[in-house]
Amino acid sequence: MRATGNFDKVRDVDPQAVLSEDTRKHIDHWAAKFPADRKRSALIQSLFAAQVQNGGYLTDELIAAVAKYLDLPPVWAYEVATFYSMFELEPVGRHNVAICTNISCWLNGAEDIVRHCENKYGVKLGESSADGRIYLKREEECLAACAGAPMMVVDGHYHEKLTLAKVDEILDKLD
Amino acid sequence: MSAQPANNTPPDMVNIEIDGKAMQVPKGSMIIQAADKAGITIPRFCYHPKLAIAANCRQCLVEVEMGGRPIPKPQPACATPVGEGMKVSTRSDKALHWQRDVMEFLLINHPLDCPICDQGGECELQDVALGYGRSVSRYTERKRTVADENLGPLVATEMTRCIQCTRCVRFMGEIAGTYELGGMNRGEGLEIGTYIGKSIDSELGGNIIDVCPVGALTNKPFQFQARAWELIARPSIGYHDALGSNLWLHTRRGEVLRTVPRDNESINECWLSDRDRYSHQGMYTERLHVPMVKRDGTWHEVQWDVALKAAVDALREAGKDIGFLVHPSTSNEEGDLLRRLAKGLGSAHIDHRLRTLDFADAPVARAFGTPVAEMDKVGAALLVGSNLRHELPLLGHRLRQAVRHGAAVHAVGSLKIDQGYALAGETTVAPQHLPSAVLAIAKAASAKSELTPSSALAEALSGVEADAAAEAAFDALSKASQAVVVFGEMAATHPQASWLRAAARYVAEAAQAGFNELPLGANAIGLARGGVLPGEGGLDARAMLAQPRDAYVLYGVDLPYDLADDATAMQALLGANTVVAFSAYAGRSLRDVADVILPLALLPETDATLTNVDGVEQSLAAGATAPGQARAGWKVLRAVGGELGIDGFAFDDFAGLRADLHEAEAPQREGLCPREAAVGGNALTRVATMPIYRSDAVLRRAKALNDHPLTRGAAVRLHADDAARLGLSDGGRARVGDTRVLPVVVDTAVPVGAVWIESAYADTASLPPYGAALTLSKA
Repeated sequence: MRATGNFDKVRDVDPQAVLSEDTRKHIDHWAAKFPADRKRSALIQSLFAAQVQNGGYLTDELIAAVAKYLDLPPVWAYEVATFYSMFELEPVGRHNVAICTNISCWLNGAEDIVRHCENKYGVKLGESSADGRIYLKREEECLAACAGAPMMVVDGHYHEKLTLAKVDEILDKLD
Repeated sequence: MSAQPANNTPPDMVNIEIDGKAMQVPKGSMIIQAADKAGITIPRFCYHPKLAIAANCRQCLVEVEMGGRPIPKPQPACATPVGEGMKVSTRSDKALHWQRDVMEFLLINHPLDCPICDQGGECELQDVALGYGRSVSRYTERKRTVADENLGPLVATEMTRCIQCTRCVRFMGEIAGTYELGGMNRGEGLEIGTYIGKSIDSELGGNIIDVCPVGALTNKPFQFQARAWELIARPSIGYHDALGSNLWLHTRRGEVLRTVPRDNESINECWLSDRDRYSHQGMYTERLHVPMVKRDGTWHEVQWDVALKAAVDALREAGKDIGFLVHPSTSNEEGDLLRRLAKGLGSAHIDHRLRTLDFADAPVARAFGTPVAEMDKVGAALLVGSNLRHELPLLGHRLRQAVRHGAAVHAVGSLKIDQGYALAGETTVAPQHLPSAVLAIAKAASAKSELTPSSALAEALSGVEADAAAEAAFDALSKASQAVVVFGEMAATHPQASWLRAAARYVAEAAQAGFNELPLGANAIGLARGGVLPGEGGLDARAMLAQPRDAYVLYGVDLPYDLADDATAMQALLGANTVVAFSAYAGRSLRDVADVILPLALLPETDATLTNVDGVEQSLAAGATAPGQARAGWKVLRAVGGELGIDGFAFDDFAGLRADLHEAEAPQREGLCPREAAVGGNALTRVATMPIYRSDAVLRRAKALNDHPLTRGAAVRLHADDAARLGLSDGGRARVGDTRVLPVVVDTAVPVGAVWIESAYADTASLPPYGAALTLSKA
């Protein structure tokens, strides 16, 4: 991975200015669940709140701001943000659509759903639609809803026992 | 006929067996630690005795049997605690099989570029692969590659070679405390880096080269210079600070090509500050190779005998009125010869305290009250005017370890310094108010302890109030079972240092804490003990420049930066009739003032002893060859003294010289300078500090260190309020006094009323000294 080269831009970041009040409240809520010297434990939820605030992806400035807000070394936040696939580090469409392709869903037709969506929006898995509305996330692991296969997660909400018609209905309803 | 020995196992030990060898080891220790102690080799990459256990390389897998039953799975020796009756096999068929398998995995993505790798020949991976690797790789797929990052001028990267042991990540977090590296991404994508793209800014960053077991992180200035087997390692001592870090000079044909740490648990452990590691570059830049004599205003390169005669004639003629200025990193032997020389010539004006401004209490460097090895065990500390990480980098690391174990550190000073940990309390005031701030802590001490302050101190204390911060600082010190007061360079070079010292020393005594004054110079303690101090009626370093002498001897002094009040000093030196300089360099300022310059060998090139902060005398033998005709200082002085026919110069060799060394602890004197009224009006008080990589002649010429971000360049740093008041803005320029124009930095480290201008840059030379009132205006 090539370094992003944004160090000078984020070194003096002001978390109060970069993070919205909602985000800060969310972070406070999670940080309060752990001992005062274990704020590192609140990193995942804090970064997630910052990602929601920013419409689905993180910027270096946001990651650094979260670290500063929690009084942690920024590199810890970079580690977490790069480790988890649920954090997007590049600009993506505002609705995060993750179609499960792991074994149960795959056996029940997940590939057809993926192909359908790719044709519908004219993009490949892992890309966003041109209008910036839909991001087809490449899901790496089982999303733990095998009983309802095939399934997908849209902006954190689970949709199970999918058919192509049902997929269209759900996606067309998004703004 | 029982073979069972009587059970005489201490309660905190357990009996184990490694490879059939029975031993007793401490409970809770790891198998690898027991094996290391017994001299049984287990291959490893991620384990490092000074770092937290990660157990992520899996190279140290061994076979373990507990309670007579074998544990079915391989156990990592670095993360498996010992247990009573445990039997470990490190070289059984199974263990060797596991170790070979891990080796094969580690080599899957490691490039086969040893011939062009700087680590080749001293590579842990190479060594272990020789013992445990296959001769043929079964892997036919593409190897992965990793983009490199620029970590700055000191550390070269080739991250494709990285095996993700995370030693460097742990070092930067646990030891350096700057958390600059991390493991980004995951699984096969895991890469070590900064993510954001920054250089390693820690003053200890070079150590990641040593902990890296492969060629991913290597020494940048040393890159492609030599192979390990071409080098001869010679033991030596660091000479840029008084810690006296033990190190190895890696030399080829007498030239130092790199420096690496030499283990010494009581001083530098297995680490080395970047200042000691990279300074050798300065030994080969702008060095003076031949003696030089000035005739009618022009310099001539001459033979030694001509130069010596010129020096001797000049000294003989100048007689008693010679001022001797000796650089505080001068060795004990050279110092003693200079003392003999001054005595023989009848001059009492000799001093090594070049950076001191306040001589009211005749301050001399003394050994630490709390030894270095105890610094990581203290429960509380008070830092008085100290940027410890830059003054003694590895002492800063020791104190940080104490903080990690719960120590409370309070700081009082004129700058808000990032010590690398959260301070329990911090008072930052402009220099003119610093004595009051330290007296406030002494006031808290006098209220809470039985110890009576001296009458002068008591009188001053009656006029100050102890605030909550002062109370808290003293309480922390007095409650801790072991505590220390660190008296830093910003306090010792303060224009009212005698007040600060008296108050801080009183606080330390009242709290039964150690008093650690950082010596101003690598051998200041040795020179103080050796009596390189003004004699009866002699003038100190500042006085002999304020009251100009007819002649001066400069020994190892790099003009103008080494002198506290350099404007005054240069004036006195320019006005002198004769200046004889002994120096490894002939800088422009030195050429302007001197009449004779005799080329000296630097410390790594000479036999010498230095006395470190613990008061321990460490000797070093010449490890490198002095360039050209430069000669060891003691030999040059022997020639000069012998020619002059002075007593004490009849020795034949180094041992003969050492036989007559003078040693006496200088008496502690009380004395306080007059308290000055605070500056008023628009003026700001200057805080002058020596930048970490500009603090002596060699460092000022070490290229890589001068390219490092810690060498920030000349600038005026001030508080946002003062900047606004004076109409200055960050990034703008300010006129200092009448002539000098410097860039402006608005800095949160600086308190209101102060202006921080680092010394030892060409653009900040000859400005009024520390504590002077400066008028700034927009340029």
